[in-house]
Amino acid sequence: MYAFDLERPTTLADAQAALKSDEAQPLSGGQTLIPTLKQRLAMPEKLVSLTAIAELQGITKEGDTLTIGGATCHADVAADGSYPALSALAGQIGDPHVRNRGTIGGSLANNDPSACYPSAALASGAAIVTDRREIASDDFFTGMFETALDEGEIVTSVRFPIPERAAYVKFDQPASRFALVGVFVAKTADGVRVAVTGASEGGVFRWAEAEAALSSDFSPAAIEGLTVPSDDMIGDIHGTKDYRAHLVGVITKRAVAAAG
Amino acid sequence: MPADGGIGAPTKRREDVRFLKGTGRYTDDLNRPGQAYVFFLRSNVAHGRLKSVDTSAAAAMPGVVRVFTGADFEGVGGIPCGWQITDKHGEVMQEPAHPVLAQGKVRHVGDPIAAVVADSLEAARDAAEAIEADIEELPAVVDMKAALQDGSPKVHDDLTSNLCYDWGFVEENKAAVDEAFANAAHVTTLELVNNRLIANPMEPRVAIGDFDQAGGNSTLYTTSQNPHVIRLLMGAFVLGIPEHKLRVVAPDVGGGFGSKIFHYAEEAFCTFAAKALNRPVKWTASRSEAFMSDAHGRDHVTTIELALDGDNNFTALRTETHANMGAYLSTFAPSVPTWLHGTLMAGNYKTPLIYVNVKAVFTNTVPVDAYRGAGRPEASYQLERVVDKAARELGVDPIALRRQNFVTEFPYATPVAVEYDTGDYVATMDKLEEMIDISGFEARLAESKKRGKLRGLGVNCYIEACGIAPSNLVGQLGARAGLYESATVRVNATGGIVVMTGSHSHGQGHETSFPQVVAEMIGIDASMVEIEHGDTANAPMGMGTYGSRSIAVGGSAMVRATEKIIAKAKKIAAHLLEASEADIELKDGQFSVAGTDKSVAWGDVTLAAYVPHNYPLEEVEPGLEETAFYDPNNFTFPSGAYACEVEVDPETGKVTIESFAAADDFGNVINPMIVDGQVHGGIAQGIGQALLEACVYDEDGQLLTGSYMDYAMPRADDLPFYAVDHSCQTPCTHNPLGVKGCGEAGAIGSPPAVVNAVVDALQRAGKTNVTHIDMPLSPSRVWAAMNQ
Ligand SMILES: Cc1cc2nc3c(=O)[nH]c(=O)nc-3n(C[C@H](O)[C@H](O)[C@H](O)COP(=O)(O)OP(=O)(O)OC[C@H]3O[C@@H](n4cnc5c(N)ncnc54)[C@H](O)[C@@H]3O)c2cc1C
Repeated sequence: MYAFDLERPTTLADAQAALKSDEAQPLSGGQTLIPTLKQRLAMPEKLVSLTAIAELQGITKEGDTLTIGGATCHADVAADGSYPALSALAGQIGDPHVRNRGTIGGSLANNDPSACYPSAALASGAAIVTDRREIASDDFFTGMFETALDEGEIVTSVRFPIPERAAYVKFDQPASRFALVGVFVAKTADGVRVAVTGASEGGVFRWAEAEAALSSDFSPAAIEGLTVPSDDMIGDIHGTKDYRAHLVGVITKRAVAAAG
Repeated sequence: MPADGGIGAPTKRREDVRFLKGTGRYTDDLNRPGQAYVFFLRSNVAHGRLKSVDTSAAAAMPGVVRVFTGADFEGVGGIPCGWQITDKHGEVMQEPAHPVLAQGKVRHVGDPIAAVVADSLEAARDAAEAIEADIEELPAVVDMKAALQDGSPKVHDDLTSNLCYDWGFVEENKAAVDEAFANAAHVTTLELVNNRLIANPMEPRVAIGDFDQAGGNSTLYTTSQNPHVIRLLMGAFVLGIPEHKLRVVAPDVGGGFGSKIFHYAEEAFCTFAAKALNRPVKWTASRSEAFMSDAHGRDHVTTIELALDGDNNFTALRTETHANMGAYLSTFAPSVPTWLHGTLMAGNYKTPLIYVNVKAVFTNTVPVDAYRGAGRPEASYQLERVVDKAARELGVDPIALRRQNFVTEFPYATPVAVEYDTGDYVATMDKLEEMIDISGFEARLAESKKRGKLRGLGVNCYIEACGIAPSNLVGQLGARAGLYESATVRVNATGGIVVMTGSHSHGQGHETSFPQVVAEMIGIDASMVEIEHGDTANAPMGMGTYGSRSIAVGGSAMVRATEKIIAKAKKIAAHLLEASEADIELKDGQFSVAGTDKSVAWGDVTLAAYVPHNYPLEEVEPGLEETAFYDPNNFTFPSGAYACEVEVDPETGKVTIESFAAADDFGNVINPMIVDGQVHGGIAQGIGQALLEACVYDEDGQLLTGSYMDYAMPRADDLPFYAVDHSCQTPCTHNPLGVKGCGEAGAIGSPPAVVNAVVDALQRAGKTNVTHIDMPLSPSRVWAAMNQ
């Protein structure tokens, strides 16, 4: 770790002010950022902690919309239960330490290609609310570790429309237990959305063919035989491109079955 | 039985109280006044010529005490190798120099180039970034077979090739073995990889060098399984410090699994720098450093062939193995694929002819050395896999084929130079069959099938050689050390006992099990006996803990020393009781005169020894303290039979262990609960090897599994509840306790059980072309095998 200054504001306005200086970076649960700093792979001059800001905390349900504060930890989402598939996803992230520190805003901002939350946001058609604007999930994830966020922009909350039926199925990478392939399916009155994480070089993506097939017949059989091209898949020591492409089909079917 | 448990009692581990409460005292918990910190600048390339290392900017940075490079170690010894192998032509192995800090070349990612000593670790780390190391990158060699090809890059320019040795065993048998193959009714051949592993003890390595200028004495605090061995190797071969001026302390050590046997450059550096700077120097490995500097394990590539006659009797066995040494020879590296592997190739079977060829190879990777089981898991894995494959090819039951070929008469001299003193392989197999309900398998298979899962059953045997080892024998085999063990039993005036042993405890539970033995022998409460280990200033010269040798060799030394104590105590008791020594009996801590009601208690005798007012001073010296060294006259041969049942998800290739059973013969058992724990841990590591763990380098020698993000350790939910049994006991015939050792069995016996089970599951599902899958059987590999 290199030396850095730490600020711990209690209001969003103070956080915004603190982030104005060059080389300042938001710190939320620190479950990604702290290991990066320990490896000396990042050198921020100032970290602005977001976890003491009351307006970034908490979960509220209004009608069929669930709003989760950007600095809400995974354990709180797991315990909430108003969007069961989302709570189940949060409950499978990392271990108890990670879940009690790591936050939804940090996870979405980081957009790790193997992270779980991006698939939920994308499949649910969530809106990512920042201190400046609202970004539709379809526009938010722009590539591996890339998002539509601007420098210093803070994810303040995430708004999930609660679907009629939904499920997340995660097939663990054996070492990290992030998703080797994770699939979130969500069925709403407007149709079905399928978001796949872990598999692609481009990060989380929607699987259009599966969505079309499932929108007319929401059953595992509807996507039997559908495949994603393996070219864009990640190939590494934990699985070849072909294996990941194959898993996308298998895990999607299981997610549909789990959504019932 | 004494209240707190003598031999055979499942006494709870007393050391766990301090470990679980966080009051253990590990090396990193120690801090010396005024200590400085060292950070090692390590190579990030696998192979390169060190053209220059400019430390001037780094040396000028705030807080920096001094920056060392390889040049500071000119004239200092290199890290020695403790075992010399003689190859099949009678030539000694090629043995490269291993400088403390790189000189001339870097040879693996992680090879230390420079060391910055500073007032704080952060200052040292900052300064290390200011070192300018000009490295001309050279092509790296990672694959062993490629390394032996003409024109391959050479890891060591001054060696003739990357071949360390080409070992043939038993060379004289080769022609007869070849002939048996020519005459065989059936030959089964299998090529397999024994995957490279990283030990990953919970506590990373730590070293603190300290120097007392007034007395001219050096002290090294280190995470070691064998502090005396480090004192000898580092003192004599590296730094030239005589043993009486060097103390090595290994306090609580958080697991070793072999990786903390060896003498490492960082230990020598800290001891050297402390003296050079007259200031304590501390190093604590980060986990990332551990991945690239702790010796790795396994990494064998083997072709094994089994010849059978028309009645399915094994007639000969032939193997060719490439064994990775990494870039340098770690302390015991050459012995692992040879004497710890070739001598075990008979397994539980009476195969009359065996020939083992091992080519040890240098590559641009971290040195490879002993890891839990060391050579024996490699032997057992290939043998039990090829036997399974043979059974399938011949259409016979794999258990029946094993039983048919079991050694049944003991002692048994194998064709690979060892003699099994005792064993009962039929008994452990019977016990195993009793434990696993084979007849219910079909029903379980059907039930799995209903859920869309495949199911398989794998069974195997193992034999291992523990209690390492007879010194005269290992000396002939190339060991540059003896392998006895020592114990000093110090009885205090009021009867309490301290046993100082060379056996180091770092998870084995010696602090509990050793007192059980002494307590039983004297008939006192085990709480009166304390074990001290890990400090060369207290314990007599000992060889340390590895090769499941502690109770068999260290325990035997302790028994011998306790016997001397009892003999002397009887003399004192005889005097106190005014009886003849021959009539004195010791029972339950009371010395009595046979056939009378006259007795004195243990405490009366020990007090008399230290307050010798009424004492046979003309016959015996005051005091009650004895030392014994014990050198075994053979290895011990634990054995057993293991079974594993798995489910395979045919869609994803994911394997889950549904049940696991182990029937072991460890001879006599001192503390069955500790033995259970040792077997559980061993199986966890064996399943880890079989399903999860793999150390992977890319072709440029970059470590792809440099953290837990990519190196898969087994976790609790990867493992089943084990059924473990050690009621089959054929006591060892040549040590006083009749014990064999249990520390490695689980890691040796379990990998073949898992792989046999997975292959069985696929075969039963009609995948008849899948005869083998290399470990780790990760979902992607199993899926690929099913869809090849
Ligand atoms: C052992 C372990 C296991 C894990 N397993 C999983 C898993 O299975 N699945 C999974 O999905 N994840 C997993 N994670 C990652 C975990 O979920 C992290 O918590 C998450 O990815 C990052 O969230 P954080 O709050 O910790 O963010 P931080 O580490 O604090 O920050 C991450 C990045 O996001 C930025 N940032 C943080 N908050 C905001 C914000 N509100 N607005 C804008 N930018 C922000 C930071 O500047 C930084 O660049 C694991 C982590 C660990 C350590």
